[in-house]
Amino acid sequence: MGIDLPLIWAVIILFGIMMYVFMDGFDLGIGLLYPLFPDKIERDVMMNTVAPVWDGNETWLVLGGAGLLAAFPLAYAVILSALYIPLTLMLIGLIFRGVAFEFRFKARDHERHWWDKAFFLGSLTATFFQGVALGAYVQGIPVVARSYAGGTFDWISPFSLFTGLGLVAGYALLGSSWLIMKTEGRLQLHASLLTSRLLWVLLLFIAGISLWTPLIDVQIGDRWLSLPGLLLFAPVPLLVVLTAWIMLRALRQGRQHAPFVCTLALFFLAYSGLGISLWPNIVPLSITIAEASAPPQSQGFALVGALLIIPVILMYTVWSYYVFRGKVSQHEAYH
Amino acid sequence: MFGLTALELARIQFGFTISFHIIFPAITIGLASYLAVLEGCWLRTGNPVYRQLYHFWSKIFAVNFGMGVVSGLVMAYQFGTHWSFFSDFAGSVTGPLLAYEVLTAFFLEAGFLGVMLFGWNRVGPGLHFFSTVMVALGTLISATWILASNSWMQTPQGIEIIDGRVVPVDWFAVIFNPSFPYRLLHMSVAAFLATALMVAASAAWHLRRHNDSPAIRKMLSMSLWMIVVVAPLQAVIGDFHGLNTLAHQPAKLAAIEGHWENRPGESVPLVAFALPHMQREENRYAIEIPHLASLILTHSLDGQIPALKEFAPRDRPNVPVVFWSFRVMAGLGTLMIALGAWSLWLRWRGRLLQSPAFLRFAMWMGPSGLIAILAGWYTTEIGRQPWTVYGLMRTEDAVSSHGASELGVMLLVFVAVYVLVFGTGIRYLLRLIRKGPEAAHGVEGGPGHDRQPMRPLSAATERFD
Ligand code: HDD
Ligand code: HEM
Ligand code: HEM
Repeated sequence: MGIDLPLIWAVIILFGIMMYVFMDGFDLGIGLLYPLFPDKIERDVMMNTVAPVWDGNETWLVLGGAGLLAAFPLAYAVILSALYIPLTLMLIGLIFRGVAFEFRFKARDHERHWWDKAFFLGSLTATFFQGVALGAYVQGIPVVARSYAGGTFDWISPFSLFTGLGLVAGYALLGSSWLIMKTEGRLQLHASLLTSRLLWVLLLFIAGISLWTPLIDVQIGDRWLSLPGLLLFAPVPLLVVLTAWIMLRALRQGRQHAPFVCTLALFFLAYSGLGISLWPNIVPLSITIAEASAPPQSQGFALVGALLIIPVILMYTVWSYYVFRGKVSQHEAYH
Repeated sequence: MFGLTALELARIQFGFTISFHIIFPAITIGLASYLAVLEGCWLRTGNPVYRQLYHFWSKIFAVNFGMGVVSGLVMAYQFGTHWSFFSDFAGSVTGPLLAYEVLTAFFLEAGFLGVMLFGWNRVGPGLHFFSTVMVALGTLISATWILASNSWMQTPQGIEIIDGRVVPVDWFAVIFNPSFPYRLLHMSVAAFLATALMVAASAAWHLRRHNDSPAIRKMLSMSLWMIVVVAPLQAVIGDFHGLNTLAHQPAKLAAIEGHWENRPGESVPLVAFALPHMQREENRYAIEIPHLASLILTHSLDGQIPALKEFAPRDRPNVPVVFWSFRVMAGLGTLMIALGAWSLWLRWRGRLLQSPAFLRFAMWMGPSGLIAILAGWYTTEIGRQPWTVYGLMRTEDAVSSHGASELGVMLLVFVAVYVLVFGTGIRYLLRLIRKGPEAAHGVEGGPGHDRQPMRPLSAATERFD
């Protein structure tokens, strides 16, 4: 037939996760930076810079979950039971963050600080456990007879805690560079200072993870360090260095959009690096995309709906961001 | 943990989270259609009362919708975390159906919902009405997908089992499985009924506080007409649903009836009250109406239906729970019919607004629709046990291999978080209802603005105090 359904679905899900990281990353970052901006007015402005767009997260996260179940039920079953605890904590963090966002504005004055705290702690929990889940996933999930064969707490390891912290740094950077783009004055200055510090922190984490990953498994090591791979994939780390350099320069020149775009580029490069390490496994080191695929009847049936509706969601998203372009100032109150 | 096995804890957690979830979609489905009717009436008559009610209930709709989204987020992951063997076995069928449910919801959010909630002053009345109707249709379509999935688990067909896994061969047969039409009708009508009861109770609450206005009278009158029509209809649909269950899941029906054994030539009584005892295999303290179950289920005075003892003990559901949850549902259904009948009588005497006893009854019946929905789902789901996919996969083979202690701790976390988050949400909803329709007006917003269709909660601007 010539249509490679598993490949199409893998691309859709990879794309969905990337959209999720891009769109939820910066607003989780705003939540992470919250304690560093104690001023009430500045906090309101920060909230206003994400209020019209932050909802993207839920869409892509749910789509990722449902899509994975529809297209790769085995991967869904194995990954979710292996990462049951960190993913559940992540969901709970997201619930708190989302609800706090709305209730903060509706709360009585003396209760507001609870929702402020819920907003920060929710963002932190969600981000950290997302990073931990990612690290545990990359390390590999043992599978015997089509089911998870590891222990309850296998997801806790030095590597996964490291990736958890790394993602906190990464989302905080997305948040601070977003603030550079969307705000002005003192708030922007503060954000810009934070951005250059966070960039160095993130680079350390990227370097650490890049050196650590090949050590996890000879297969991954071989892919990066033996011959065709070495030449083929060498551009990825080089591009990371280049992007970081451009970003530092942009910060010094006081550019408005470039830092955010560069951060997105860093995320994209890190994400590709991960893809290169893992391909063609969908459950690292044990199950390939082909093995996890649902029968073509299922993948084909679900694809019709996905291809009809995902473009609508994308157009709507672009439109929302387009209408919301430009700076947010202190005078535009949210409520 | 608490002396419960991992399997029991996983089931409790699933039941707990989905019980919270279903409350919100039920009201979402009912209110969306109610809003469409209100707007239609407004366009036809120009009576401003309808517009006032539209703005009032659309805020409650929005907050409720937001709660539905948040609680649904968890559901989409629980099949994998708790029922991983089920996901691997049957994900090829339930996965695409779930994906369609979610895609339908997103499709709504990315357009019609925004126009409906925030576009009152931006688009023409025709387009606005169209959006409201689309949202109402969309919630019903969304429910259709998820109910197809659940019904397929109850009465699976249209598949082959290859290498120990389900492969769909005929999607039409998968979706239009034998119990699907009944479940779709029964659940949709349940949503309408639960919403009508809630609206009637809100109106009664205001009237009892002498907060009388044309809008509140209209609310009461509309919702009571709905109950008059829909409550008896629901009983009829439920009866057909039961006959269908008799054909496809006889053990569940025997548990519903509390029917332990058939003696030659004896008819089946309707057990009105009893304490079914699983070990002794009998009903204690039974109050029975002779012949009635035979009559309802076989349409003959002494027809017999399969009895529990014809199934091995390990193939029987938990009889007391199924028996009683069914009676809670059907009992509340009967009270709803009574409420409708009473309202007709009062209307005929022209005293609908003057009877304090009636208003108090209507108020107390407010949550009864939601309670009946939960009781109905408990009947259906617990009656399906010990199967997850009826006849194909047992629940004990479906559950992930987690330890009891970790499941117990996570369950406690969920209970705490849900009580806090949805407790606040529900308190806020009640606050909005208490404010009444007088002050309600439309809110501006839309893509690129602070108020967003994907954040329906932002449509309500009222503060907590
Ligand atoms: C009879 C109706 C019904 C039933 C039985 C269920 N749902 Fe539901 N669900 C809805 C009716 C609905 C809805 C009315 O369509 C919602 C409410 C708000 C919304 O956006 O759609 C929804 C929302 C909703 C969402 C959020 C979508 C979004 O972000 O917009 C998810 C992920 C689920 N549901 C998943 C589930 C799962 C996994 C269920 C069962 C195990 C389930 N629902 C039972
Ligand atoms: C009064 C007469 C009623 C009868 C005879 C009746 C009958 C039934 C039966 C037999 C089932 C189980 C179906 C199965 O799983 O095999 C069921 C389920 C259910 N009932 Fe009822 N019912 C009645 C009233 C109500 C009312 C008033 C509500 C809610 C407002 C309700 C809501 C539900 C729900 C949500 C389910 C589970 C979903 C489903 O299987 O359709 N029912 N009902
Ligand atoms: C929305 C209302 C629903 C409620 C209140 C509900 C309630 C329950 C309860 C109480 C259980 C535990 C049964 C037991 O342990 O004896 C259960 C199990 C389950 N239900 Fe439902 N259910 C609902 C809808 C659904 C739907 C729509 C689906 C499928 C799409 C579904 C799929 C399942 C699964 C997979 C299990 C776990 C396996 C099992 O125990 O059989 N449920 N549900």
